[in-house]
Amino acid sequence: MKAMTAGEVTKKVIHNEELFILDVRNETDFNDWKIEGKNFAYLNVPYFDLLDGVESILDKIPSDKELLVVCAKEGSSVMVAEMLEDAGRDASYLAGGMKSWSEHLEPVKVGDLKDGGEMYQFVRIGKGCLSYMVISNGEAAIVDATRMTDVFTDFAAEKNAEIKHVFDTHLHADHISGGRKIAEKTGASYWLPPKDAEEVTFEYSRLEDGNEVMVGSAKISIQAIYSPGHTIGSTSFVVDDQYLLSGDILFIDSIGRPDLAGKAGDWAGDLRGTLYKRYKDLSDELVVMPAHFMIIEELNEDGSVSEKLGTLFAENHGLNIEDEGEFRKLVSENLPPQPNAYQEIRETNMGKISPDEEKQHEMEIGPNRCAVR
Amino acid sequence: MNAAKILDAKGLACPMPIVKTKKAIGEIESGQVLEVHTTDKGAVKDLAAWTESTGHELLKHEDDNGVLKFWIKKG
Repeated sequence: MKAMTAGEVTKKVIHNEELFILDVRNETDFNDWKIEGKNFAYLNVPYFDLLDGVESILDKIPSDKELLVVCAKEGSSVMVAEMLEDAGRDASYLAGGMKSWSEHLEPVKVGDLKDGGEMYQFVRIGKGCLSYMVISNGEAAIVDATRMTDVFTDFAAEKNAEIKHVFDTHLHADHISGGRKIAEKTGASYWLPPKDAEEVTFEYSRLEDGNEVMVGSAKISIQAIYSPGHTIGSTSFVVDDQYLLSGDILFIDSIGRPDLAGKAGDWAGDLRGTLYKRYKDLSDELVVMPAHFMIIEELNEDGSVSEKLGTLFAENHGLNIEDEGEFRKLVSENLPPQPNAYQEIRETNMGKISPDEEKQHEMEIGPNRCAVR
Repeated sequence: MNAAKILDAKGLACPMPIVKTKKAIGEIESGQVLEVHTTDKGAVKDLAAWTESTGHELLKHEDDNGVLKFWIKKG
């Protein structure tokens, strides 16, 4: 019996490999959130139904596919994988369970910048969060960092880049931001849109429309564009005149939801204005890099998530609703469930509460749920 | 609530709280109550689902300063 790491499973997702997943969490948790892969097959039987043995499920597990046993934190999957091995099957377990799956970040290089800089996307495959690092001539800027801050600081160190600026496109409701912690650790400036930061308990740099921040001596420009709708402060960035970091406003196959601060009705109009006017005026050639993906089909072949703005205006349903009333209805009625613990997550990101790491993990369980489609 | 047996599963990680609960419930009579103490937060959903699938009854559970307490009536 061997352990399979979240990184190894990620490679299988990106390469569309086959995998048979025996998920031994309870049914509710499995139905709420699981490991997604185009060619993955699943069987969900809670571990507590297998305490007397695995004989009853052996004929439901194909012997010609690689088998991975998954649970919340690893313990039960080790037990079940051992029982399967005793029954003559090859089985791996997911090291660290769904906790590790939720926290795994896969850095993917998404492009070159003028004068030798590089742009990286950090794909949080289990939760669908996307963070960014712009590196140019020994300096780095990070956008929408997750709470696994070591991944970002280690990566920058490996690239010999000093982190100078950390941005959040908005006050997140689905995950705990690592922005403030990285800024404190490195001495970088932490930028937040003031309209989302009215209640924060810490000092920050005010991110306003038209702000331009330079990274590295090559002068990579990061230009802020006020783009309200998901939140009232939501701000996008145009990096190096090539990339549009759209935060939670525009995704590949969906658009942001305006209700997570309790103001769907008020913000629906802002969202429409941003998507149908502000973004419409930008170049079709900009490559959109959002802060989330929702479904595995949104991943490109290399595991990255991006698409040209012009293509999204042609293909994304949320950008093609002519009738304003219909648009308002889509983004304010029949919305999907809200992200787990989203109020507590917002308060954490404001600095009002400081849950321990175990609690932070629990608050973030499940998918991000920031989009409407 | 009068428990016939108290199981201390504090500090144990999944799957041990349920493995021990199953064993302990085998040691009491039908209709008697087992009281389980655990610190594994996953136990809340798992014990509820387990009692349902095995025909026992979860009478109540509470959080006592981080110790999760369950009362299970053997079916």
